[in-house]
Amino acid sequence: MDISAYLDRFGLLAVGLVAFIAILLALYGLAELASRRDRSRAVAFVFLTPAVLFLLIGLVYPALRTIVMSFFNADGTAFVGMENYSWAVTDPDALQILINTALWIIIVPLVSTALGLVYAVLIDGRAGERTYKALVFLPMGISFVGASIIWKFVYQYSGTGGNQIGLLNAVLVNLGIPPVNWLNEAPWNNFLLMVVLVWIEVGFATVVLSAALKGVPIEMIEAARIDGAKPSQIFWSITVPSIRSAILVVAVTVFIATLKLFDIVRAMTQGHHKTDVLAHNMVEQAFRLNNDGRGATLAVLLFLLVVPVVIYQVRNMRRQELEAR
Amino acid sequence: MSTDTQAPEKVARIGESSGERLRRVLSSRVASLVALVIAVLWTIPTAGLFISSLRPDDDIRTSGWWNFFADPGSISLYNYNYVLYSDSQGGGLIRNLINTIVITIPGVLVPVAFAALAAYALSWINFKGRNLLYVGIFALQVVPLQMALIPLLSIFSRGLHIGGVTVMPAWELDGVNTIVQVWIAHSIFGLPLAIFLLHNFMRELPSDVMEAARIDGASHSQIFRKVVLPLVTPALASIAIFQFLWVWNDFLVGRTFAPGEATRPLTAVLGDMAGTWGFGWTRLPAAAFIAIIVPLVVFLLLQRYFVRGLLAGSVKG
Repeated sequence: MDISAYLDRFGLLAVGLVAFIAILLALYGLAELASRRDRSRAVAFVFLTPAVLFLLIGLVYPALRTIVMSFFNADGTAFVGMENYSWAVTDPDALQILINTALWIIIVPLVSTALGLVYAVLIDGRAGERTYKALVFLPMGISFVGASIIWKFVYQYSGTGGNQIGLLNAVLVNLGIPPVNWLNEAPWNNFLLMVVLVWIEVGFATVVLSAALKGVPIEMIEAARIDGAKPSQIFWSITVPSIRSAILVVAVTVFIATLKLFDIVRAMTQGHHKTDVLAHNMVEQAFRLNNDGRGATLAVLLFLLVVPVVIYQVRNMRRQELEAR
Repeated sequence: MSTDTQAPEKVARIGESSGERLRRVLSSRVASLVALVIAVLWTIPTAGLFISSLRPDDDIRTSGWWNFFADPGSISLYNYNYVLYSDSQGGGLIRNLINTIVITIPGVLVPVAFAALAAYALSWINFKGRNLLYVGIFALQVVPLQMALIPLLSIFSRGLHIGGVTVMPAWELDGVNTIVQVWIAHSIFGLPLAIFLLHNFMRELPSDVMEAARIDGASHSQIFRKVVLPLVTPALASIAIFQFLWVWNDFLVGRTFAPGEATRPLTAVLGDMAGTWGFGWTRLPAAAFIAIIVPLVVFLLLQRYFVRGLLAGSVKG
C-alpha cells in the first residue's frame, strides 16, 4: 500500500487537530484570565461560546430556514404557500411514503419493545444471562448500512431455477415452496425492511428493560407466587406496571430512531418497489431531485411528528419527579 | 457466569406438589428454548456474512454460505485484500477507510470537548438566563438533523447572509478539504445529546466538593480541570463511545457533506453499493465486515461504559 497517496488526508487531520487544540488552549486561557478576576459570567461566556455558536449557526438557523423553505418552490425563488404540503398529502407517491412511515413508526417500536421485554424476562436470572444479552445486543454496534447488507444476503433471490444463496429462499426451497424475490414484493418488502431495524433495536430494548427488571422488588413476586398467581398474572400485574416508565422510554427512543430512518431504505431498496419513507424521500427530494421546497416540507413533517412524543415524554418525566418528592 | 444462577428450576420449592413442580420445570424449559432460539436467530445473519466474506468469489455467487461447512478448506482473506487494495472496480476501499478514520477522530473529540465546557457552565456557574439556555439546548435534541441538512450545506457553499449582512463568507472547500464540513456537521449534531448527558452527570457531583474547592481559592477553570473532569471521566467515555459509533457508522452526514467519490467515508460507499447491488456484489461481505469490525470491537471492549451511558440517558431521562 502506498501511504503517500493519502498524506493529504492525514495532513488535514493533523492541521485540524492542531487548530482544535489551539482553540481549546485559547478558551482555557481566557477562562483562566476571567476566573482570576472573579468574573463568573465571563467564564460562563467563554465556556459556552463554541457550543452555542455551533448550535445557532448549524441547527437553530438552518431549522428555521427549512421551515421558510417549505413554503417556497423547488429552487427557493417563488413563494408557493401550502403547495408543498398539499403535495405531501394528496400525491399518490407521497401518500405511499406517509403510509409506509406510519407502518414503520407503529410496528417497529411495538415489536422491538415487546420482543426486548419478553427476551429480558426470559433470560432474567438465567445461567449465561450476560452471554444471551451480548448476542442480541451485538447488532447495536453494527451500522444500519452493515445490517442492511447482512440482511440483503438473507433475502437474496437467485432466480427460480438455480441454487438459492439467500438463507430465507433456501429454507423455502427445501420445504418445496418456490423462492420469492422478497425485496420487490410490495407491500411485504416493507415488513422485511422493518425486520432489519427490529433486529438492531431489540438489543437496546433488552438491555434497558433488563436493568429495569432488576429493580422490581423480589418480595412482591414471591408474595404473589405464594398466593398462587400464575406466571402470566405476575408478568402483567406486577412486572409490567413496575417497569412501565422504562418501557415507555424504550418505545419512545425506538420511535424517534424509526422516524429518522434513512440508511436501511437506502441500502436495501433505494426506496423503490413502494418502500420509501419520509426521512429517505426527504433526502431524495432535496439532493437528487433538487426540489428544496419538497425536501424541506418533508423535514418539517418529520419534526412535527417528533414533537408531540417528546412533549409527552417530558411531561411524563416531570410528573414522576414530582411524585418522587 | 455466576454459578448461583445455575438452573434454579431444579430445586423444589416449599409447599409445592410434584405436579406443580413438573409444570414449572417444563415452562422453564420452554422459556430456555425460546431464549435460545432468539439468540441463535439474532446471530446467524452476521455469522453468515462473515463466512461469506472468506469464501471465493465463485462460491459466493453459486452457493449459500452454509455450504462452506462441506468444504472449509477453500476459505481465504483474498476478498479483504481485493476490496482494500485492488485498483479494479469495487476495490481500493482503503482510501474510504482512511476517510472514515480521518472523519471520526475530530468528529468525536470536538463535540465531546465543547459539550464538557458547556455542561460545566450550565451546571456550576451562576449566571442570568442559565436555565433558559439549558432548556433551549435540551429542546434542540428534538430537531431531526434532516431539518438542518439543506441550509447547512448552503451555508458551507454560499456563506451565511441575513438581511444583506454577511455573517459568514462562503467556505469554498473542495476535494479532501470537504472533510472539514463533515467534522463540523457531526460536531453540531452531536452537541445537544452530549451536553444533556454531561449536564446530568455534572449536576450530580456533590456540591460540598465544589464548595470546598471554591473556599480553597480554586477558580472555575481550575475546578473544571482538576475536580470535575477527573470525576466525570466515565461519563466522558460513554459519550465518546456513543459519538464514535454514531460517526463511524454514519451514512447520511458523510455522503451529504463530503459527497466526492474520493472523500466519502466507507459506510457511504457501502450504502450506495448495497443499494444498487451492481457488479461486484460478491465483494460486499468482505467490504461490509471491514466497516463493521472496528465499532464491534470497540463496542464489545467498552460495553460497560456504553450501557451505563445508555441507562443514564434513557431511564433517568
